[in-house]
Amino acid sequence: MSEVGTVENPLRVAIIGAGPSGFYATEHLFKQKGLTIEVDLYDRLPTPFGLVRNGVAPDHQKIKSVTAVFDRTAKKPGFRFFGNVELGKDITVEEMRQYYHALIYTTGAQTDRPMNIPGADLEGHHPATEFVAWYNGHPDFRDYQFDLSQERVAVVGIGNVAMDVARILCRTPEELKQTDIADYALDALSKSNVKEVYVLGRRGPAQAAFTTPEIKEFGEMEDADVFTIPEEVELDPLSEASLSESADRGTQRKVEIIQSYASNQPTGKSRKLIVRFLVSPTELFGDENGRVKAMKIVHNELYKTDAGSLRPKATDKTEVLDVGLVFRSIGYRGVPLPGVPFNDSWGVILNEDGRVINPDTKQPVPGEYTAGWIKRGPSGVIGTNKPDAVASVDLLLTDLRDGNLIAPTTPDAAAIAALIAARQPHYFTYADWQKLDELELANGAAQGRPRLKFTSVAAMIAALGK
Amino acid sequence: MKVSGILATKTGGVITAHPDQQIREAATMMAKHNIGSIVVVNQAGELVGILSERDIVRKAVTHDHVFDMPISDVMTQNVVTALPQDDLMSVAHTMTERRFRHMPILNADRELMGMISIGDVLKAQRDKYRGEIDTLETQLMADDA
Ligand SMILES: Cc1cc2nc3c(=O)[nH]c(=O)nc-3n(C[C@H](O)[C@H](O)[C@H](O)COP(=O)(O)OP(=O)(O)OC[C@H]3O[C@@H](n4cnc5c(N)ncnc54)[C@H](O)[C@@H]3O)c2cc1C
Repeated sequence: MSEVGTVENPLRVAIIGAGPSGFYATEHLFKQKGLTIEVDLYDRLPTPFGLVRNGVAPDHQKIKSVTAVFDRTAKKPGFRFFGNVELGKDITVEEMRQYYHALIYTTGAQTDRPMNIPGADLEGHHPATEFVAWYNGHPDFRDYQFDLSQERVAVVGIGNVAMDVARILCRTPEELKQTDIADYALDALSKSNVKEVYVLGRRGPAQAAFTTPEIKEFGEMEDADVFTIPEEVELDPLSEASLSESADRGTQRKVEIIQSYASNQPTGKSRKLIVRFLVSPTELFGDENGRVKAMKIVHNELYKTDAGSLRPKATDKTEVLDVGLVFRSIGYRGVPLPGVPFNDSWGVILNEDGRVINPDTKQPVPGEYTAGWIKRGPSGVIGTNKPDAVASVDLLLTDLRDGNLIAPTTPDAAAIAALIAARQPHYFTYADWQKLDELELANGAAQGRPRLKFTSVAAMIAALGK
Repeated sequence: MKVSGILATKTGGVITAHPDQQIREAATMMAKHNIGSIVVVNQAGELVGILSERDIVRKAVTHDHVFDMPISDVMTQNVVTALPQDDLMSVAHTMTERRFRHMPILNADRELMGMISIGDVLKAQRDKYRGEIDTLETQLMADDA
């Protein structure tokens, strides 16, 4: 047979996970001159774009526009999308290895880290991921229930996801109507009783993980006032020193904004957003029905580790917050894929710079790669996945030159399509998705909204008359 | 970003040596694996020191037979280590301030989890900025689409 990567014998790559990393990997493959490459991009959902559709906050529509670039990649000859096909359920790694020269796993990070405190199993305490997936209309989460009859809510964690959750809880129905939030979530949030939302950070303002635009946005909410507490936003000597040493203008600006909120006065808006620093939850208290009714928090102080990082240490000062709903957002973790080595310490696929590693031999598994959140953990913005995916694909191309890819028995595009169709008759092509996309846009326009999402797989299939 | 973000894509394991091995063996390992320093562990696998190229050069100035010496006579014993959850920026600052090029990472139980180099840190910082630029670029390209 002729060399792999020629017209007669194209390089066939399966990419599993159609989020940003999957698309960036595809794009980089198609940029290779002198190689004929075919990419099959899989996703367990009928819809592409991963967290851009199901994670990024609906009131950040502008960010979601990056999908236009992914659409362009999908137009390239040699590209196919297989939506509604789950690796591990509809098809296995072993099977894939019979049809492709290389596999790239880009399945993202799909669960929250647990919060191990007494009362964590009470009703009314949820991972923020579930709430995010719910309001974004992720089919697996549409039937989840969140008790929005509560007046006071705590969001544990202070990264951008925690900020998104707090903001969405404080948006007015009018603000939410301008977004593509799931219709049932719009309905539930419009009836919400929530009056106060606490965002709780373990460390001080100088260590907050959210970005400056995110904290500024808190100050610009239509019907919510934002507050911080003077004692908590005053920098301690360690933070002061580390901030002036680093001369980090960005963080200085962020701290100034946080501090300015400490002198805010109520302006009569109906909701309050209170950002707290140097506090950690230590216990959740329940009522007689096993529902969260309060949270005990301990005040922290910072100490410097050997390596110079500032970490929180509990003091003996505690406080009880009366909250009836708790979301935790203290980090995402990947979930293992059946048949793919996993690194449990960091919640990622076991890999060396993107080459999947066999745990026994510590050597690369020929032809298997990973990129994005499932490779490096949940860090960075959408674009961070681009250099990350490019680096993994470059290793794949090196291995192609060195003859170290998979030697599939059936490197045949039609054969794998037939197998998929047999396993999952309701698989979605990119053309299917584009029809669905048009319907969603049209249904949204009819209500003066940017998009009205289909939120169940059955509804998506029905809409296309499949 | 945290130190763990760097360790996530480094599973090859850390190259280690025992304190009673000779510098010759250590230098051979450094050359073979193309690394600038080696973590020194005792029989129990506990960290007892770090040996860098610089330690060897410094010793060679006064000891012609440095290659025959045991690692324990040449290594640095007071090793500054980091935790996986330490902030990368602070660790970078400490590394430049104190002029280390490598830092072993231990977990709370003081088990060796990995090693990071100043090169890893610089790469992570570059990727962070690249990522922000790439996000903006993707958005601009989307606007043209
Ligand atoms: C709540 C939230 C808000 C965010 N907001 C922003 C923001 O405003 N701006 C920004 O720049 N970044 C934001 N991010 C970060 C951004 O979303 C991520 O950097 C990016 O989505 C990671 O891309 P990925 O492709 O690695 O993973 P993902 O986007 O998670 O994509 C993974 C895909 O793999 C699929 N998959 C999983 N398992 C399987 C399987 N077994 N078989 C087939 N398919 C599978 C999933 O369905 C999913 O589509 C946010 C993240 C979150 C969680």
